[in-house]
Amino acid sequence: MARMTSTRRKIITTAVAWAIGLVIFFPIFWTILTSFKTEAQAINDPPLFFNFDWTLENYISVQERSDYLRFLWNSVAIAGGSTLLGTLIAIPAAWSMAFVPSVRTKDILLWMLSTKMLPAVGVLYPISLIFVQFNLLDTKLGLIVVLMLINLPIIVWMLYTYFREIPGEILEAARMDGAKLRQELFYVLTPMAIPGIASTLLLNFILAWNEAFWTLNLTAAKAAPLTAFIASYSSPEGLFFAKLSAASTMAIAPILILGWFSQKQLVRGLTFGAVK
Amino acid sequence: MATKASRSAARIMMAPAVVLLLGWMLVPLILTLWFSFTKYLPMRGDSIERGLDWVGFDNYARFLSSSAFWPSVQTTLVMVGGVLIITLVFGILLAMLLDQPIWGQGIVRILVIAPFFVMPTVSALVWKNMMMDPVNGIFSHLWRFFGAEPIAWLQDASLTSIIMIASWQWLPFATLILLTAIQSLDSEQLEAAEIDGASPLSRFFYIVLPHLGRAITIVTLIQTIFLLSIFAEIFVTTGGAFGTRTLTFLIFQRVIDSQNIGLGSAGGVYAIILANIVAIFLMRIVGKNLD
Repeated sequence: MARMTSTRRKIITTAVAWAIGLVIFFPIFWTILTSFKTEAQAINDPPLFFNFDWTLENYISVQERSDYLRFLWNSVAIAGGSTLLGTLIAIPAAWSMAFVPSVRTKDILLWMLSTKMLPAVGVLYPISLIFVQFNLLDTKLGLIVVLMLINLPIIVWMLYTYFREIPGEILEAARMDGAKLRQELFYVLTPMAIPGIASTLLLNFILAWNEAFWTLNLTAAKAAPLTAFIASYSSPEGLFFAKLSAASTMAIAPILILGWFSQKQLVRGLTFGAVK
Repeated sequence: MATKASRSAARIMMAPAVVLLLGWMLVPLILTLWFSFTKYLPMRGDSIERGLDWVGFDNYARFLSSSAFWPSVQTTLVMVGGVLIITLVFGILLAMLLDQPIWGQGIVRILVIAPFFVMPTVSALVWKNMMMDPVNGIFSHLWRFFGAEPIAWLQDASLTSIIMIASWQWLPFATLILLTAIQSLDSEQLEAAEIDGASPLSRFFYIVLPHLGRAITIVTLIQTIFLLSIFAEIFVTTGGAFGTRTLTFLIFQRVIDSQNIGLGSAGGVYAIILANIVAIFLMRIVGKNLD
């Protein structure tokens, strides 16, 4: 009897959960589907679901008309560069705070976090001025530096929470065996920290990829990443649903796949360890 | 016990991150503060080299008394409040649902979380065109199917539309965090309450909701900070028209469109103060968790 009701209950909750999941996912699904239609089919009334001739012409024309691959490369370079640079700077900082904590460690961590809360629009003009001064406007280097600084607090925090989970006794044992600081860092700590570092890289790559204030405001033609490329579709010319869908699909597909691997880190990374 | 040598090594290792962030925080902040007290209209020939006229608190007073200010505050509050309510209510319901045993739980989770990974410009444009277009959008097809007149979403219900888009983006975040919190709830406590005859509703209000209190606070604070500075979603959909000009967008327009740097900087200082008020509460919670 109890088992009967629980099976029935499971069927109902499964159906409800799937229905809600599909509704939430629908805009993404619809975008991907539309990217394979012709422009005429894309605005067909009633909407076409699977009964259309699948075509790749939108993908080809997006590349031909606007050199999609260049924007893709800019996104990869900016997101990848800022994440790598940020991690290189953050690893020593997080390491020292996790293993040689002082009375001020907590204050420094909180202060770092507070820089993340500065509203970007409040410092838009000063940053543009500095960019003009150093010829950084519309360069990948400029955006790499800015996005690195934006995400540095999150990178330090994530690494700090991961490093803190590494038992300190292991380091002491290594020290007893005569390991020097550098050896300790490279041979003992790094291998144990790699999963945490990988998760941090992953989440921050996603955050940098999707950043859409500085990338929109500090780039023009040369260094524009995919966020800015997609924004150029906001003033449409003629039929463009299918092409918009193709461009959007290409811009989000790699991150959707990476994102599925980073679910767990998302909670840790964005709540600063306050929810585990 | 940390030795003296390792302490100074630790300080050196921390230095790059601390120095960079300090510069990143102080330099633009000081410039914004300085500009906010000056008359600075680059289009009319004002420049730093030639010296800026000090105008005291004029920009601050003018920013507050401009006719666009209070509407933008109202828009900001409605938008942030609307998104918070939607994401929290549906986030709690979804988290409770996903906590139940269901078939294909992993896949459903992926479907629900996916919107968080879509870049803001894509989600805004996909919603604007594929969903909300008054002629060809899915909503207009749906409305016509039920015999209703389609809505020109981003013109006639513009703020609602922005709230819908932002809620879609942030619901995954709220759900994921609330789900993490719900999973740490002791199921024996719930079972005991059930055996004692507590109704599902009172189980929810007396056990589940209090347990989620902390997670709800954190979701609220973090989302508020991000929502206060929402930009791309408005930039590519309405461009601030039709009553969607938030405080952030108003400042952006003052700085970029009207090139009134002094006025925009004063607005920026207000925005920084506002964000800091929220941030202080968030820091307290995060800080407590560090001990």
